[in-house]
Amino acid sequence: MTMTKMGMALACVLALTACQDFRKNGTDGVGGNGVSGVDPNLVGANDPTSVAYFNQTIGDRVLFQVDQSTLTPEAIQTLEGQASWLLANTSYTTTIEGHADEQGTREYNLALGARRANAVQDYLVSRGIAANRIDIVTYGKERPLAVCSTEECWSKNRRAVTLVAAGLSG
Amino acid sequence: MRKFLKLLIAAVLLGVPAHAQENGPLRIEITEGIIEPMPIAVPAFVAENAGAEAFAQQLTQVVTSDLVGSGLFRNIDPAAYIGSVTNFNAPVSFPDWKAINAQALITGAVSLTDDNQMLVKFRLFDVFGQETLLGLQFAASSQSWRRMSHKVADQVYARLTGEDPYFDSRVVYIAEEGPKNDRKKRLAVMDYDGANTRYLTGSDDIVLAPRFSPNAREIIYTSYETGVPQVFLMNVDTLSRRVLDSERNMTFAPRFSPDGRKVVMSLSSGAKSDLYSFDIATGQKTQLTNTSAIDTAPSYSPDGSQIVFESDRGGGQQIYVMPANGGPAQRISFGTGRYGTPVWSPRGDMIAFTNISGGRFHIGVMRTDGSQEKLLTGSFLDEGPTWSPNGRVIMFFRETQGSGGAPSLFSVDITGQFLKKVATPTFGSDPAWSGLLE
Repeated sequence: MTMTKMGMALACVLALTACQDFRKNGTDGVGGNGVSGVDPNLVGANDPTSVAYFNQTIGDRVLFQVDQSTLTPEAIQTLEGQASWLLANTSYTTTIEGHADEQGTREYNLALGARRANAVQDYLVSRGIAANRIDIVTYGKERPLAVCSTEECWSKNRRAVTLVAAGLSG
Repeated sequence: MRKFLKLLIAAVLLGVPAHAQENGPLRIEITEGIIEPMPIAVPAFVAENAGAEAFAQQLTQVVTSDLVGSGLFRNIDPAAYIGSVTNFNAPVSFPDWKAINAQALITGAVSLTDDNQMLVKFRLFDVFGQETLLGLQFAASSQSWRRMSHKVADQVYARLTGEDPYFDSRVVYIAEEGPKNDRKKRLAVMDYDGANTRYLTGSDDIVLAPRFSPNAREIIYTSYETGVPQVFLMNVDTLSRRVLDSERNMTFAPRFSPDGRKVVMSLSSGAKSDLYSFDIATGQKTQLTNTSAIDTAPSYSPDGSQIVFESDRGGGQQIYVMPANGGPAQRISFGTGRYGTPVWSPRGDMIAFTNISGGRFHIGVMRTDGSQEKLLTGSFLDEGPTWSPNGRVIMFFRETQGSGGAPSLFSVDITGQFLKKVATPTFGSDPAWSGLLE
């Protein structure tokens, strides 16, 4: 049936897109609690020193209320885990991406994303992570994860994602 | 990439009777109230020699489209014509045009010369006053036929409205493609009416919110080329570009000073974003604001003495005005909701903005002291106004709702009556209008 074929083709396209996103943006295409069964980062997820463990078990992201950069109790819990992991795995550096949902103007959301990334950076530094291990970048509303225009999606997009990478030399 | 065509237009006054008055009876006032579009007739321009036929047809079409697109004119269907114009210099039979209620009549002629030059002649008639209001001829390369069309329409518009023209202008914008969660963005330039889109960057890096320099030879915009958002300066002809800030700061929301020598922008530092001005020649930067707030979207007044910007220093996103060198800022937005992206009109009289209230986004205008606020549009997401060179039209982008949501360019006149979509080859956002081209 034509309908069925089209449906399958569409599914493939979606899967490919998700896969490409994943490679390009690190963990950005996947929820912090683990979503995909074929996620290559899950390989080694049981190893507490792995990036996959950081992303999946500790949680690589924190979420924010509308137009806020205040860390919620849940966010602080996640960041405590991130700080401990970074203190134990000192060869990794991080980039914190700050994001906003689509309910704001472009420039303001860039500044808001920076504020959110900064809130995470400040917290990690306060827990003893060296500031030179942490880079921040704002994406404003440029890189939504969830695409619907309701609070269900917006709440996922108001995020700061901690990307860890091997690379601190010396 | 090819350079923009340089348009050398020689305008020559054709014989206009001495009794034609500057303030003739035929006039449209663009102010408040309902504007009834003026019925006009634009019979096909006469092709005066071989090879000019296609140009004549296209010129007629673009001139008509410009005038009708302003919302101020209504084109009378040529099928209703009683008279015809086959000879540019033959006397006009006014009764034929009166009979179909054409208030204004535009006649034209196009001829090609040996060296690929094109000569365009036109006349504007007040049909009921039975007089010639304008008679001009332009000469330029035939490649510039669109610009010549815009020049003709500009002359007609200016003569009939008493306003400065705006059709011969360009818009720099962001061309967008792809799904909402994997949008590709390119810097693009087009004629004001959406024609002649030319892409200035690839889609490898996110690019945002470009603005023209006052002479339209340079563009400032934000790019993620270095991994973080930074303001770049690009030459439109050579496409050479450089980062403005020598330090690796996150910078965004740039805008030129009216003299083109400085750029004001936001620089993010810690939890705050402050405004800085950058001297383009020396690279020297000057901090203009210093609060713990988000200060962004700055725009100079046309005389360069003041800057309007948005800030959440009072707790929410609102519009403020301060001296161009910094200093005390005065809040001017006091309506419902949040206010952002203020842009000073090139006429100096108004500020356009984005308002977010009631779960919707609006484009609006207010006086520079915040009085006489008027919302012109509203939708799920209307954002980022930019002024036409004459301060009578605002272009912005409208993004549709939901998982398939995507942005398109729109324009609206300052009375809010005439809203229209501006056709672009891809999705479009962040438009910024040039001044009138030289």
